[in-house]
Amino acid sequence: MSIRVEHVSKSYSTYPAISDVSLTINDGEFVALLGPSGSGKTTLLRILAGLEEPEQGRIWFGGRDVTDAQASSRGIGFVFQHYALFGHMTVAQNISFGLDVMPRSSRPSRAAIRARVEELLGLTQLAGYGERYPSQLSGGQRQRVALARALARNPRILLLDEPFGALDAKVRRELRQALRKIHDELRLTSIFVTHDHEEAFELADRVALLDRGSVQQFAPPAEVKAEPANAFVSAFIS
Amino acid sequence: MTARGLREPPAAKALLILAAVAYVLLMLILPLGAVLFEALHKGWDAWWVAVSEPDARSSIRLTLIVAAISVPLNTAFGIAAAWAVSKFDFRGKAALIALIELPFSVSPVVSGLVFVLLFGAQGWFGPWLQAHDIHIIFALPGLVLATLFVSFPFVARQLIPLMTAQGRADEEAALTLGASGWQTFWRVTLPNIRFGLLYGVLLCNARAMGEFGAVSVVSGHIRGETNTMPLQVEALYNDYDFVAAFAVASLLALLALVTLALKSALEWRYRGELAAMH
Repeated sequence: MSIRVEHVSKSYSTYPAISDVSLTINDGEFVALLGPSGSGKTTLLRILAGLEEPEQGRIWFGGRDVTDAQASSRGIGFVFQHYALFGHMTVAQNISFGLDVMPRSSRPSRAAIRARVEELLGLTQLAGYGERYPSQLSGGQRQRVALARALARNPRILLLDEPFGALDAKVRRELRQALRKIHDELRLTSIFVTHDHEEAFELADRVALLDRGSVQQFAPPAEVKAEPANAFVSAFIS
Repeated sequence: MTARGLREPPAAKALLILAAVAYVLLMLILPLGAVLFEALHKGWDAWWVAVSEPDARSSIRLTLIVAAISVPLNTAFGIAAAWAVSKFDFRGKAALIALIELPFSVSPVVSGLVFVLLFGAQGWFGPWLQAHDIHIIFALPGLVLATLFVSFPFVARQLIPLMTAQGRADEEAALTLGASGWQTFWRVTLPNIRFGLLYGVLLCNARAMGEFGAVSVVSGHIRGETNTMPLQVEALYNDYDFVAAFAVASLLALLALVTLALKSALEWRYRGELAAMH
């Protein structure tokens, strides 16, 4: 599903987190929001998810204006930096949460939910881990559970906030490839936040570079590398 | 500094342990033992007669009713307040936290007096209440109000640091997964705080049943009608009826022990889960 961000602004007390950002992301694209800390990349992602409200501007998912829609009705999947798994639920219960909370009229049957959980466990290479608790898993496994949970309701848009930030280098590489594969297989539109330009360049179709709340350049990795738009971009990626 | 430097000599260690044990014996075990000894030194029959005579039974019933009303109310309020303070940003948050703690810093006598000033015969609403034949002071509503006031911070105080430390990520995750606010509360927030909540409720209950000062002001000390257990203990003691006074007191002490045992039992029962949550 395509995403359109039109002139979005948001400030925290007096300091602007996002100022007049406009972006158009095509259906099926994998986009990285790249920038130093405080650049507003996470704020922009949270605005897209409906976890923060913009002060100005509009957000479109496909043909739908979601600016005023609740986070729970936007139909997105969100993966948090520190996983935010529910510690009192098993892996399987975490993954089925999004399905379990659906109104009875549209909720799949128990057998269908179980089957969906098994399918997602397979997709994220976690088969056999359904009965474990999050505390019994490694960091990489937890992030896979978070991903499976976010995908349970079959969202068309996947948002990831520094999804590999807390993991070591080897696990990061494995997970990057797994994520890209899942994105392609499910034909999602994905946006992920990172401060690591190598990660952004390796994974994304296009990279949006942010600094102090505005987009400095939005282009495919090769173009950003060949023709940095300004001094900030060339300094940040070198 | 090396680990060697941190190691204290065995004599100091023994002395510290001895001091701690002696202190606990002197300040906690001895008084508790004295209550039980006094209550039972004329035998179980005397104890039973003392706790089963009508005025004593009435005080037990009244204490249970007061606790049964005020503990659920303060639990609901405590959860709501802790939720508001820890999950949202709003103006006057620090002031709200300070207000929640107010009953701890106000003398219980003042807490009781406030309600007399409001609802007593000479109080602000006194004439209106009298005209409509509504009894608050020297009756059950006054006892409940005073108890609500003094036991009001326990649950909120227990939950605010816990919920603040847990942050909002779990709730945000539930929202992005399509859960409503209500579903998020029951399925995510409440399970996350259940042990802290339980502890707060136990403390709140202990205070609600044991409160003396505030309820003493609003009670009127009518035996068999408005005397709660702590008030009944005092009344019997003032009558030089020591066996009966200590018998009722032993029930209150028992309540404290049951509270403690319940808390330990729950911690033991759910120790695996408690460990898994961290």
